[in-house]
Amino acid sequence: MKLDFVLNNKRVSINVKGGLRLIDLLREQLDLVGTKEGCGKGECGACTVLLDGKPVCSCLILASQVRNREVTTIEGLSIEGEMHPAQEAFTETGAVQCGFCSPGLLLSTVALLNENPEPSREQIRRALSGNLCRCTGYEKIFEAVELASRRINGLSVQNDKV
Amino acid sequence: MSVVGKRVQRPESITRVKGGGLFADDSKYHGMLHAAVIRSPVARGIIQCINTESIIKKKGIEGVFTCKDIPGKNVIPVVIDDQPLLAERYVNYVGEPIAVVVAKDRETARTVAKNAKLKIKELPAILDILEARNHPDIHIFGDDNIFKHLKIRRGNPSSAFKKCDIILENIYRTPYQEHAYIEPHSVTAIPYPDGTIEVRGCMQCPFYVREAVTKSLNLPESKVRVIQSATGGAFGGKEDVPSLIACQAALPAMKLGKPVKLTYDRTEDMIAMSKRHPSWTYYKSGVTRDGILRAVEVEYIIDGGAYSTLSAVVLFRGTVHAVGPYRCPNVKVDSYAVATNKVPCGAFRGFGSPQVLFAAESQMDELANRLDMDPVEIRRRNLLRVGDETITGQKLKNSVGLEKSLDKVIQVSGWTPGGCKQDGVGYGFSTIFYGVGLGAGGKHMARTGARVIVHADGSVSFSVGTTELGQGMITVLSQIVADEIGVPLECVDMIPTDTSRVPDSGPTVASRATTMSGNALKDACTKIRNTLRSEASEMLGCSLDEIDFDNGLVSNKGDSIPLIEVIKSCSFKRLSLSAEGWHTSPPTTFDDKTGTGDVYVTYAWATNLAKVKVDRETGEINILKIWSAHDVGKAINPTLAEGQIEGGVLQGLGYAVMEDMKSDSRGAIINPEFSTYIIPTAQDQPEIVPLIVEEPYPDGPFGAKGFGEQPLMGIAPAVANAVFDAVRVRIRELPVTPEKVWQGLRNK
Repeated sequence: MKLDFVLNNKRVSINVKGGLRLIDLLREQLDLVGTKEGCGKGECGACTVLLDGKPVCSCLILASQVRNREVTTIEGLSIEGEMHPAQEAFTETGAVQCGFCSPGLLLSTVALLNENPEPSREQIRRALSGNLCRCTGYEKIFEAVELASRRINGLSVQNDKV
Repeated sequence: MSVVGKRVQRPESITRVKGGGLFADDSKYHGMLHAAVIRSPVARGIIQCINTESIIKKKGIEGVFTCKDIPGKNVIPVVIDDQPLLAERYVNYVGEPIAVVVAKDRETARTVAKNAKLKIKELPAILDILEARNHPDIHIFGDDNIFKHLKIRRGNPSSAFKKCDIILENIYRTPYQEHAYIEPHSVTAIPYPDGTIEVRGCMQCPFYVREAVTKSLNLPESKVRVIQSATGGAFGGKEDVPSLIACQAALPAMKLGKPVKLTYDRTEDMIAMSKRHPSWTYYKSGVTRDGILRAVEVEYIIDGGAYSTLSAVVLFRGTVHAVGPYRCPNVKVDSYAVATNKVPCGAFRGFGSPQVLFAAESQMDELANRLDMDPVEIRRRNLLRVGDETITGQKLKNSVGLEKSLDKVIQVSGWTPGGCKQDGVGYGFSTIFYGVGLGAGGKHMARTGARVIVHADGSVSFSVGTTELGQGMITVLSQIVADEIGVPLECVDMIPTDTSRVPDSGPTVASRATTMSGNALKDACTKIRNTLRSEASEMLGCSLDEIDFDNGLVSNKGDSIPLIEVIKSCSFKRLSLSAEGWHTSPPTTFDDKTGTGDVYVTYAWATNLAKVKVDRETGEINILKIWSAHDVGKAINPTLAEGQIEGGVLQGLGYAVMEDMKSDSRGAIINPEFSTYIIPTAQDQPEIVPLIVEEPYPDGPFGAKGFGEQPLMGIAPAVANAVFDAVRVRIRELPVTPEKVWQGLRNK
């Protein structure tokens, strides 16, 4: 069947099979392999993408469900080569270790910051609790979200550790 | 400007935050097929029939392969060659691979593998760790089901116990721990027309994979090339098992002449892949009234599962670490790795030491309580210092930062003896150590290679045989190369680890990558620097020893030229600025009969302090804060060292209070998914205070020693000790759950 939707700010029109999962459409048909599959059951959050700005597990969504809607993947976060402040902050604080969970965490972060540009630590914890990370212990991820928040809000940023 | 010791950013993190397609499952190859594995549904049985003909007739199936198709040896080489690539007559655990199905697409391969009809006659199985040794009827390994027995004999424990004022005897148990790397296993095997097989996948040990593929496919090492893909977490879980997975892909790839990808699904990964060994420990320790540890006796049993894999060496580390970081003149340790009809257990951060350290450090705390001594004081009276001997008789010559780590935790936390008397709040310590590198248990592999090339434009590339797993090796080694050559960090790139670039460099395990590859790179860089130095001395007209390299400049007194000019001049004169480096570890020893020897080249040291609050009504444990100080020799990159501490501590907290993988009465794992095997989320993370102590290791690059495993190792006993401090309930079986604490409160 034919599927029309907006992917990373571009219109896409593509033929898909009925039962196709969104993650397979992205990874297999569109070669957007930045979205990772960690469990296939919506339990780890590695495959998180934004659907109309809200974080969803792309392994639990059928491709047909995104008809006429907007999907943002990790590949859509950088605009003309310029990284999103959250991406910059993740690299600066050391929030990336193996990096397999990073795309999903970044999309959850962007969804949070869009809705709440100055989240508290508790709000950050809640917003990211669906994205498992086994490497970092989350601390430097929280620091990254806070750094990105300060930058987005134009607050002066001190990183005394650098 | 020197970059060693600086908090520089990880170069590879930029591609990773952009979602760059670097992981094993992200790549496609022309004509690529997909494999899936047919597995045993029973814990022990005889295979009576696999109907391969009916499988091959199914739509979309390109082939099905059993042990009969293996051209070489049907074995996965690890320590003892007892594990087959594909089961022959018997199956020995639920999930054991029997055959590989290959199809045009992944879904077909997986569906056909899952529904394959097998005739297996089920046999009685051993599932209990304590029933395995010398089982009268069931023989999984040898006559006694013992993969390995190790012992340490020091002094005379039985007479020493007679002189002790307090003796404690207890049993401790620990369960499986699942690695739960977020990237499931994935590998692709690509055959070339000249007979070469290229293997690309997530892994810790490309040279292990090469050995396994050459043996099973009967190929020379020159025809098998193994390249590590970006690897999404490992923690030991991608040490030995990628050998098995690579062979499952390489066999059909060779037979069909097409690339074959094999990616495990999460549930399959959790059922069939290695885990931390469950353990049973009998621990007896005795002190005199002055708090001095006089004698320790330990019987330590780990559940190896159906095949030996790494169990013998896991047991080795556990045995050597059995008493903790203390002086003790009288020690008897008997440790056993036993065979059961369950999934083979293997490497996991700490490698056999967290289990026994849980017992040792809980025991230390109980001794302090019985003596009415504070937990810091008893440790101070016994902890190892320079000049002391470990329980294997190894004299510690340098780099013993244990007491400094204890002091640092006390200073930063403000802990004082009896300082906190809030109801339900408790503090618990653990002091631990970690033998760096493979030690005497793997000394034949204690070497590593490197190659460095300085290009004519001043950029530098290097290759090593160890791997990046998320720990930050690329960054740390790039920092070392940048300083050794004298170029800015941005000029340095690491080539993905590839067995065709450097000689066999052993595995990336045992916290060895920084020290081993770091030293090999220093060796290569020194050779290149000598060429640069002699060229610069000609250009500057001065003697060799008058030249300084700094900040991209080569100088002699006030006279200097840019390094790039020296590099260009070398290039113009056709001088080689490429060199191979090599490093072998200082010697290590272990006498099997007595358990004595200089077992590891050096040790890392740590102190943890956990603050918890326990609800007396529900038994619920709230982890309030963890302080964790580690002697790392030298932190090449403090941000990455802190990252290791924060991540390891949280993984250790999972082990301490949450993670509990269980199997049913027929040996099948009942919670092989993230909704039932619970690991810490962002909401479970307490405040973690990472602290770094630097007591340089003279043989390490810039004084560094490996420590990546250590942050996990002492968290469980620190938490158990804190729970005791809070509500006087002692839990001797992990995880420390509310149910157990509640039960303990009721039984008081």
